Amino acid sequence: MSTIADIQNEIVSEFEILGEDRESTIFYIMELGGSLEPYPEDFRKDEYIIQGCQSKVWLVAEEQGGKVIYKADSNTDITKGLISLLIRVLNKRSPNEILEANLDFIPRIGMGNILGSQRSNGLAAMMNQMKRYALAFQTKQNA
Amino acid sequence: MSIQVNAIRSLFPILHQEVNGHPLIYFDNAATTQKPVAVLDAIQNYYEKDNSNIHRGAHTLADRATRQYEETRESVRTLLNAREAAEVIFTKGTTESINLVAKTFGSKFIQKGDEILISTLEHHSNIVPWQMLCEQNGAILKVIPITDSGELILEEFEKLLSNKTKLVSIVHASNALGTINPVKTIIAAAHAVGAKVLLDGAQSASHLEVDVQELDCDFLAFSAHKLYGPTGLGVLYGKRALLEEMPPFLGGGEMIREVTFEKTTYNTIPFKFEAGTPSIAEVIAFKPALDFIFTTGKKQILAHENDLLDYATGILRDVKGLIPVGTAPEKVAVFSFNIQSMHPYDVGQLLDAKGIAVRTGHHCTQPLMRRLGLEGTVRASFAVYNTRAEVDVFVQAVSKIASLKNK
Repeated sequence: MSTIADIQNEIVSEFEILGEDRESTIFYIMELGGSLEPYPEDFRKDEYIIQGCQSKVWLVAEEQGGKVIYKADSNTDITKGLISLLIRVLNKRSPNEILEANLDFIPRIGMGNILGSQRSNGLAAMMNQMKRYALAFQTKQNA
Repeated sequence: MSIQVNAIRSLFPILHQEVNGHPLIYFDNAATTQKPVAVLDAIQNYYEKDNSNIHRGAHTLADRATRQYEETRESVRTLLNAREAAEVIFTKGTTESINLVAKTFGSKFIQKGDEILISTLEHHSNIVPWQMLCEQNGAILKVIPITDSGELILEEFEKLLSNKTKLVSIVHASNALGTINPVKTIIAAAHAVGAKVLLDGAQSASHLEVDVQELDCDFLAFSAHKLYGPTGLGVLYGKRALLEEMPPFLGGGEMIREVTFEKTTYNTIPFKFEAGTPSIAEVIAFKPALDFIFTTGKKQILAHENDLLDYATGILRDVKGLIPVGTAPEKVAVFSFNIQSMHPYDVGQLLDAKGIAVRTGHHCTQPLMRRLGLEGTVRASFAVYNTRAEVDVFVQAVSKIASLKNK
């Protein structure tokens, strides 16, 4: 199975093919959002909304056989695309792997530049929340 | 005479740049307008040659700065056709102007059980100060409802109006939808029951002829940065008799006549409300912005902006999947809309990729958005330096975005 670093490299080369054109990059991100698995409606509640995002983002995670499974959704297509990237990198990994992951694909694809500061802060909030879930599962495993 | 838009554009250095590889199209003028070079020069010139504190220093620089500062006050008086320059108070912005009235007029003239009327169209800055006042003194806030097209329901306003109403604080032109409210009718009706009227002129002062004597409003608030002037500066116009009766807002220097530890007597208006060192450079640099408006002509500016609005509305109406929000017949140059099955943030981001700056979101009017059942809108707002050619590029970009989800 490819490592977190491998998948990040894959994403970076996909974005490199898109080149400098901001519009096609955004269209691509929006398209990626379409690949998100349906979000379980039982978890579409305020307590699953991530604080710090301008758009609404719901995130929930469960542990299966020592791996973390994430489900997420948003009310905006660009954000859905961003979530799908994070999930692609972090889904079905052990809490340890997630906590140790150096998520550098976001600066490497110049996302801050494309998204502006508001959405970049939201992306950071999403990443932190995913790591928080991993930490909770790690604590449980070690208990 | 119509506007020479190319000559006007040459006065605004910021417009001549590329954003994300495309010529900048700045359609976020309801948030803030760009500044003509004369405003930028005035700021530079002030700090290079005249910087000093005003109204006190007995030296040449202080005298020069004071004179220029007071010249701007006179220009604002002209803009509003106020009776006298002393009725023009400089603040930090519209928000501070409204808060000033809430804290001073509100604390003295509004008591428990009294009513304050606002409308569903208000910006948060004309909601929250009144909620804070009501929380403090037990007054009651009432809200004039609107139609689906974004117009006030005047019959409902009349029903809400009574001898308990002490203040009607209402937006002249809506920032989110552009609706121009029939403020003259509202003011006359409010005065008939003895209520005072504050107009939030943030969006009207730059577009419409606002004659405070003709309107007979008691207060008017607006911000300089939406009239081609600097940020951090606003105006509160108030009728002399009211301003004189109101207690001061902030305490400190400038606003006093004499201070002893036993008792302080206050300065006359407008200085009573201008405690501390004001935004001197910004006030001075606001004059060339007003001169720009006077030279170009309010009527000409309005005609040009209306032409852009009508032109844009005419074409955008036919874009498949585009839903206009706010369709009052009387509007300032604001086109608010949504695209079917798309979030306004995404639309804004895609327009930005094409170098087009618009505002997206709730526009600080969450109760209005809730009333319309929307999370937000995309808002394009025009100013004197915008062109039909820019509208064409905008329409093309919007059509392409709309076609993504509306085949």
